Amino acid sequence: MRKFSCGRPLYIEMPGTVDDIDYSDIEAKYRVEYDESFDNTVVVDGVPIIDKSKLEKLLAKICKEFSKRGVSIKPDDIYMPWDDAKGKNKGYLFIDFRNENEANAAITAMNNHPFDAKHTFKLNHFTDIERYADMNETYVEPETEEYTPREHLRAWLADPQGRDQYVIYRGEEVQIHWHGKPSQCELAYKPQWEPFLYVAWSPLGTYIATLHRRGVRLWGGPSWKHQQRFAHPLVKLIDFSPCENYLVTWSNEPIVVPEGAPQGPQYFSPDDEGNNIAIWDIKSGDLLRTFSTNAENENPSVKRQMQWPALKWSPDDKFVARATPGQMISVYELPSMGLHEKKSLKIEGVVDFEWCPLSDKDREEAEKAATIGAGAKGGKKIPENKLAYWTPEVANQPARVTLLSFPSRTILRQKNLFNVSECKLYWQNQGDFLCVKVDRHTKTKKSIFCNLEIFRVREKDYPVEVVELKDTVTDFAWEPKGERFAIVSSSDPNLGNPGPGITIKTDVSFYQLDHGKNDFKLLKTLSNRTSNAIRWSPRGRHVVLATVGSSSKSELEFWDLDFNNEDASRREGQVAKDDWGSSIQLLGTADHYGVTDVEWDPSGRYLATSASAWTHTLENGYAIWDFRGQELVKQIQDRFKQFLWRPRPRTLLSKEQQKQIRKNLKEYSRVFEDEDQRESETVNTELVAHRRRLVDEWNAWRARCKRERAEQKGQEGGPEKNSEEDKEEIEVWIDEVIEQIEEEVVE
Amino acid sequence: MRPILLQGHERSLTQIKFNKDGDLLFSCSKDHVINVWYTHNGERLGTYDGNNGTVWTVDVDSESRFMVSGAADNTLRLWNVATGKCLFTWEFPTAVKRVAFSEDDKQVVCITEQRMGHQCAIRVFNINRSGDGTKQSKEPAHMFNPIGSKATVCAFTAQPNIIVTGHESGKVALFNVKTGEEIDNNERAHSDVVTDLQLSPDKTYCITSSKDKSARIHDTKTLMVIKTFTTETPLNSAAIAPNRPYVLLGGGQEAMSVTTTSLRQGKFETRFWHKVFEEEVGRVKGHFGPINTIAVHPKGTCYASGGEDGFVRVHHFDDSYFRTELYGDLEIED
Repeated sequence: MRKFSCGRPLYIEMPGTVDDIDYSDIEAKYRVEYDESFDNTVVVDGVPIIDKSKLEKLLAKICKEFSKRGVSIKPDDIYMPWDDAKGKNKGYLFIDFRNENEANAAITAMNNHPFDAKHTFKLNHFTDIERYADMNETYVEPETEEYTPREHLRAWLADPQGRDQYVIYRGEEVQIHWHGKPSQCELAYKPQWEPFLYVAWSPLGTYIATLHRRGVRLWGGPSWKHQQRFAHPLVKLIDFSPCENYLVTWSNEPIVVPEGAPQGPQYFSPDDEGNNIAIWDIKSGDLLRTFSTNAENENPSVKRQMQWPALKWSPDDKFVARATPGQMISVYELPSMGLHEKKSLKIEGVVDFEWCPLSDKDREEAEKAATIGAGAKGGKKIPENKLAYWTPEVANQPARVTLLSFPSRTILRQKNLFNVSECKLYWQNQGDFLCVKVDRHTKTKKSIFCNLEIFRVREKDYPVEVVELKDTVTDFAWEPKGERFAIVSSSDPNLGNPGPGITIKTDVSFYQLDHGKNDFKLLKTLSNRTSNAIRWSPRGRHVVLATVGSSSKSELEFWDLDFNNEDASRREGQVAKDDWGSSIQLLGTADHYGVTDVEWDPSGRYLATSASAWTHTLENGYAIWDFRGQELVKQIQDRFKQFLWRPRPRTLLSKEQQKQIRKNLKEYSRVFEDEDQRESETVNTELVAHRRRLVDEWNAWRARCKRERAEQKGQEGGPEKNSEEDKEEIEVWIDEVIEQIEEEVVE
Repeated sequence: MRPILLQGHERSLTQIKFNKDGDLLFSCSKDHVINVWYTHNGERLGTYDGNNGTVWTVDVDSESRFMVSGAADNTLRLWNVATGKCLFTWEFPTAVKRVAFSEDDKQVVCITEQRMGHQCAIRVFNINRSGDGTKQSKEPAHMFNPIGSKATVCAFTAQPNIIVTGHESGKVALFNVKTGEEIDNNERAHSDVVTDLQLSPDKTYCITSSKDKSARIHDTKTLMVIKTFTTETPLNSAAIAPNRPYVLLGGGQEAMSVTTTSLRQGKFETRFWHKVFEEEVGRVKGHFGPINTIAVHPKGTCYASGGEDGFVRVHHFDDSYFRTELYGDLEIED
């Protein structure tokens, strides 16, 4: 018996009867929880008062009424309280549903249901009635919420060092940095945001937007708090209005409003189903209107690429317009989002349109007028908005570009064009000029050349100048606030059939308005380049030519267009004949491999280039250069996606103040130079101290390691090999052939 | 000095190693051959023939008497360095990916691949150094299977019977070979395969390189990460330069994706990083494929790199390398 060391008996004792077994644990485990609450019970008021004889009929009728609205109940579910004294019912009844959800559905469906002319059903949860009956009747004054001033959304502009900010998005990580002198480039904020598609700044830099699965979120203020959200599921594209009052969102999925979705001014209602563009008020977060991008009568098999922005804003945020290609332009007023004058601009064949931007002066005047008050008509009238559109050639009608004033809808200027295959409208950012880039084809339609039709919008009768070019123009850009523009043209036969490894040869030309003759004259052509992108500094004067999206070339060229002349002389606009075009100077060249995006900072002092992982995966990262092409920062980072400078709003300084500053520039520069001097000294000492510390740490750690190692050796007591002693002597024989003479011996 | 180009292999290099004196350089490659070269002039001393598959790894003892190699023909071989004779062969079910001698030359550790249902195994063999070396025990002294991610690289530490390993998952761990017990680990040392592991001269710290584009210095006792060097390309090898405060990193775009990139320099360079400040201080180009392996002369007078292009380049450092004080006069312990 010793074999069973566990000491248990060899047989199992059978219990006497089944009753002895304790099942309590199993019972506890499988006990059914009865729902004892009354959440599934609904009270119906407004039931006709009848006597017993009509009871069955009434119940049947009630059941029928309910099932008509999709709520099926049986007479058995109904309990009708009875007043035995009068022999009549009490005018209300209870209905039991299977669960709370069904009860809720019944309430939404049947509440305020007119049963007959005199009786209207009022449905309530049984639990609600109990709750409200027990309510405390005495009035409790609601606590006044403490007023907390909102954070200033433009606090970043008050940075004592006048730095700009930028956001970088890498992998799943977002960082917002300050950019200034080397010592001032610090992390401003590292948010922990839920996964999102991409980030975007609002046009004046007040908000930063993130696109999530469930909608758009706006963040801002010094603490980067959540400011607003717009529930547009699966949003893919967003567009801010120029004054940051409104937001347009787009999703490729049509809007679906599921049952039980929250309702309110901030949410989609069932009427919005099927649409995919939404317009929101940013301050209140309210939904203003939704549209569908798919025209109803369009052939779905011919899918054209959607234009974005699909809705174009007037520069003062008063109107938003969308074109229905070939038919009309519809202009909506804000904030009501109603169609202006209840009718669209019917324009046969319209392809595209652009609003004229407001100049700084226009804005100032508009602001002034607003402060004086709308009632007092102070002298000048606020100029109307303008928009330009074009229509292609149809049958015998020529193509046409039209300049239209809005809201008066008067046509200001029209220009007929022939042999047009495509037009593009480019406004100068102050609205002084409009350039229509017209791609024209020869009679045989085999080759394409380009005309630039330039409207001088500020002059009487809107004179039009034509610049004729032989090549195809691939990019066009106005100098901001200037009278110059740059174009990229190409006569490369490979143009139009892109392939791997093909880099298209281009020419870059600069043009300037000649005040004497009032036409645009060529300043300079830089031939045989690969540049395909023009990036003017937002302050004008400097321009960067970049080769973007090529796998073999990635050059950046930094040009200055006023290298010789002082700033002031250009302002007068008088350039002597002999040095026409001579002041253009190359400041520097640089290379950023695989560059996909090139962007100036809002001050026009720095340029950022980035290689985004969205386009390719080679050496993703970003670099910051100064306007001369000197590299300041370069970060190669895996999975780098986005680099965006934070935009700045228009300056708050008046013209006079700006002039004053320009006059005292020398004083300022002395202060700044002193600062820079101090700065570089502290940077150096800090760096040296930092390195000192690193070395000390390292040496301390090494000393500790060595000590430990020595101790360990000592413990082992093993004979330490002394490599110095058993040195080997090695003799090396080197044969060197100094001369080799072949002698022929003649016997 | 002009680099010496060693053109003795027909396929990409897998590992190169200096002997303790630094006068010999051993190189092994996918072309089944092991070569040995004179370091000072790049003359080939001889070859070790007999392997029947890619030779993944070599190591040489401190006396330059015995050399071990591991190959894809599932063998671990012991060679006589001087004669080039194969002294003994151990056979396994799978390929040998890494071998290393212990400090006292009496033991060899080897890692075998995880394949065909066989687990990744780490074996330690005692080497009988008496006689001509042909009498070896067939059975390993210790053997164990590391649990979890398979080991890719290993080396003996200063402490007896303890090895440091790098794993496919990016883990770096310490094992007691006697018990097979994992003493310590750092699961997050790297986020991708550890491709190389080399010890400092006194074995108190080691440098690892990884496909996650970074290299790290670890304390071999605590596995604490001391320094991190982050580059923009996957790394295949990392080495420590004795007497100078530098580390050498090599790598490049994966061989399979090289053809899809334009012929762009900058990926296939040996990068010199400052060991303490974690800053890149220089690059040496030359290879036209990824660098697979780097080794530095034990006295720090030259280094060699072996590439996917099949070449070994031996660079003897110029005087300026020893004299330049890049960051001013700072005393940095080796």
